[in-house]
Amino acid sequence: MRRIIAIALNTYREAVRNRIFYLLVGFGFFFALSSRFISMVTVGDQARVLKDVGLGAIHFFSITLVIFTGINLIYQEIERRTLFNILSKPVSRSEFILGKFFGLALTAGLSLLAMAGVFLLFLTITTGRVETPLLLSFLLLYEELLIITALALLFSSFTTPILSFLFTVSLTLIGRVLWTYNEFRPLLRTPLVRGLCRAIYLLLPNLDKFNIQDAVVVGRPLSTPTVLLAMGYGAVYIIALLTLTLFLFRRRQF
Amino acid sequence: MWGDRDVLTLRNVCKSFRSDFLRRQIPVLKGITMTVGRGEIYGFLGVNGAGKTTTIKCILGLLTPDRGSIEMEGRPLDRQSRQRIGFLPENPYFYDYLSAREYLALVGALFSLPSRETACRTGELLAQVGLPEVGSLKLRKFSKGMTQRLGLAAALLGDPDLLILDEPFSGLDPIGRKEIRDLLLACRERGKTIFFSSHILQDMELMVDRIGIVHGGQTTREGKLADLISHSVQAIQIVFTGIPPDRIAEVAPGALERDEARELTVDDEAQLAEVLPRIMAAGGQIRSITPLKRTLEEIFLREVKA
Repeated sequence: MRRIIAIALNTYREAVRNRIFYLLVGFGFFFALSSRFISMVTVGDQARVLKDVGLGAIHFFSITLVIFTGINLIYQEIERRTLFNILSKPVSRSEFILGKFFGLALTAGLSLLAMAGVFLLFLTITTGRVETPLLLSFLLLYEELLIITALALLFSSFTTPILSFLFTVSLTLIGRVLWTYNEFRPLLRTPLVRGLCRAIYLLLPNLDKFNIQDAVVVGRPLSTPTVLLAMGYGAVYIIALLTLTLFLFRRRQF
Repeated sequence: MWGDRDVLTLRNVCKSFRSDFLRRQIPVLKGITMTVGRGEIYGFLGVNGAGKTTTIKCILGLLTPDRGSIEMEGRPLDRQSRQRIGFLPENPYFYDYLSAREYLALVGALFSLPSRETACRTGELLAQVGLPEVGSLKLRKFSKGMTQRLGLAAALLGDPDLLILDEPFSGLDPIGRKEIRDLLLACRERGKTIFFSSHILQDMELMVDRIGIVHGGQTTREGKLADLISHSVQAIQIVFTGIPPDRIAEVAPGALERDEARELTVDDEAQLAEVLPRIMAAGGQIRSITPLKRTLEEIFLREVKA
């Protein structure tokens, strides 16, 4: 366990000592806070626009941070041969992968905490109300970030950063629109196509399960089973991705 | 055959890689066999591309051999074995956003050393490798030689029984080489076993107890350095005085004039036994008898060209 923690803390340290980290978190702050200005020049419910733009900005920059950091996580270790220094010690490959995952999870968590904290404070001062439902939105966003972290880690373990970027971004985007499958399902005619589409639907990450932004912004109540189901789905998906990454990484020759 | 004193044994280790496009198998190691005894310095000598680094990667579990076995003290190498191994890679590169102390703290944690012990050993080791005042300097500011020294400190941090060093003198200036050599000799004095690869013969001649020559992915020769050299007597040189010039052709044909003496080179001990009494009977005085041995360089070149 100590070795996993050591690798995780080192991964976190690497991320926060990188200028891109501050750039992305800084942009997150900037756009989240600029929602005030946007709400002022928009017709309609200003508080709603404020939340919508702020959440959107935090969402976008958190995901960007996780993808840009995640796609290099393992590839860079191999390219720079720092991996040899780690795996030549009494460290198993599983410990290395888990350390990397938890390190990026920590980075994503702390940066999200910082952006969300500042935004909630700003929102409370601006609207005069404490917006507790937003906390649930940030919690589910964090789980979505963990899935994207695990995806980036998986691709980074066997391919180049460019391909990892393309795969991770593609799956993230597909995951956001995967719900449309239920819309066009009646149009699928043959059992083969229906089965194939169903398999793809079940296999790909359904990130829309974590998107409760609309409900939170308009104040629509969320059912506890929906939230728990999303969290359970996320946990299972992360474990499956990490298992696959470990399987592939154990077979790699350096 | 593999006695208790053997720390590391490799038997017929083979490894091939697939080429990128045609997926053809390219053999890199074709049979590495060697034995590293406890407390000795073992030199693994070979030209660039001979298979030295690939062998080391197999020992450390970074590569899985296709065939053959690798054992530490008679047991297959595993994660527990690596607790007792210190490793310095060739041209090491460390996390450049860390300071030397932070890096060694990470290494200490990977070896599950208590933090206090790591902190204590860090100071000692940085001083030993000649980096006493750069503990808080970021590694991106380190020169190649400093990085090499830090790598050695990291290899020693876990107080390993076996040190595996891949080209440890690379990037060091002559003074640095001497310091590291002395440090490694001191490690041997403390009972450590050292296995190091190099293509620099001088390092080998000055340090090693035993040597393994690798060429084309195979161990072509292995043995004690002293034995390899003593078994390679090429000729015997006799230096003598006191024989008048007109008798040289009769007593010691072929002797050359060297300063005020004569020098005769014979092929072997039989010829020596024949020539020596003749010189002495003619009133000559023997100044020296020197076996002319092959240098390690000559032995190595012979193996490589064979």
